[in-house]
Amino acid sequence: MSEEFKIEIVNPEKSFLVKEDVLEVVVPAFEGEMGILKNHIPIISFLKPGIIKILSKSGNENYYVEDGIVEFKNDNLSILTSSIFNLNDIDKSKLQDLLKLAEKESNKTDINDQAKYLIDQKIEVLKSLN
Amino acid sequence: MASLDDLKKRIASVKSTQKITKAMKMVAAAKLRRAQESAEKGRPYSEKMNNVILNLSNGISDKANAPRLLSGTGQDKVHLCVVMTSDRGLCGGFNSNIIKKAKNYFSNILNEGKDFKIITVGSKGNDQLKRAYGNKIIENISFKESKNANYFDADKVGKIVIKKFESGEFDICTIFYNQFKNVITQIPQAQQIIPLNNDEEKNNSEESYEFEPDEDEILGNLLPKNISTQIFKAMLENSASEQGSRMSAMDNATRNAGEMVDKLTIEYNRSRQAAITKELIEIISGAESL
Repeated sequence: MSEEFKIEIVNPEKSFLVKEDVLEVVVPAFEGEMGILKNHIPIISFLKPGIIKILSKSGNENYYVEDGIVEFKNDNLSILTSSIFNLNDIDKSKLQDLLKLAEKESNKTDINDQAKYLIDQKIEVLKSLN
Repeated sequence: MASLDDLKKRIASVKSTQKITKAMKMVAAAKLRRAQESAEKGRPYSEKMNNVILNLSNGISDKANAPRLLSGTGQDKVHLCVVMTSDRGLCGGFNSNIIKKAKNYFSNILNEGKDFKIITVGSKGNDQLKRAYGNKIIENISFKESKNANYFDADKVGKIVIKKFESGEFDICTIFYNQFKNVITQIPQAQQIIPLNNDEEKNNSEESYEFEPDEDEILGNLLPKNISTQIFKAMLENSASEQGSRMSAMDNATRNAGEMVDKLTIEYNRSRQAAITKELIEIISGAESL
């Protein structure tokens, strides 16, 4: 039996990525990183800022996401996100910009705990990438 | 009767107008193709989003404690109407159709003794509504700078709507936009986005999901995003409709200008001939009298 399943990443503008030969995907779910293999039970969760790692037969890929929703059902993994970047395409200055923006956001006092937590996560991830 | 010179000038001016409308039609056609493409590309996202929310709301065990964005405030006293129009004119009935639809809706609400507030997106809608309902418009948003509809803009509108909802400024939110059917037909739509109205589409999937974290928290995170997504979808439909509407309007204008040029040319030729004949008669009668 093959161990492959299908992944589809969509953002509001277009269908970002479709792959049929994925072996494992690690997503930064809200309550911690989550690895998904074939025949995972149906699950819905949402993402915190982090790295999506896709391991497939045709090579591995890493993406940086800021938010999103994952849905896994019938060996179909759908990821809905409004901001996603391929780590190979993104350059250092862009990362710096994102980091600066996030730091500015985190210094605001009028945000709630959850937003604060997400922003801190974002800063951490961005720092580790730089 | 207009003199030959006047006619000549009129023909020239109609011809140059025709050139402009023709160019606008071409531009609209090119933009339409792009807008249609992005509307199609944006569809999977909103469909998937809808699906997930359907699954989630089915999974909610405690309906009474469901997030208010889903279940509403339990009242329907104040309506918020987000009227989405274009920033540019010369696009046929595009804007007036939305406005007409919205005005109908307003008078229904008033007849039922309820109140409403308006957010206009796009300056043309604001222009048309501020005369009659100026005191009801609480916000006017326009994205003149951004070339294409993008999610970032939609998110801005969505955040405003949610903020107002959370501070209890309204109970029900409806967005007005034109749905793109084809180049000739655009259907003005009124779509309720708060509370989410999905009674008619019951989900029949037997799949039960595992949720992490629990349903309420996911829904709480998802529903605001869905608002932005719906608004984004409306913006995409709207921009395709706008270009389609402009294209057919400009096509008509070009054709009308052509007809006018033909008519004027005939009139010009006729009066030129009349002048020649008159001169000839004068010459002949002058020669006869000698």
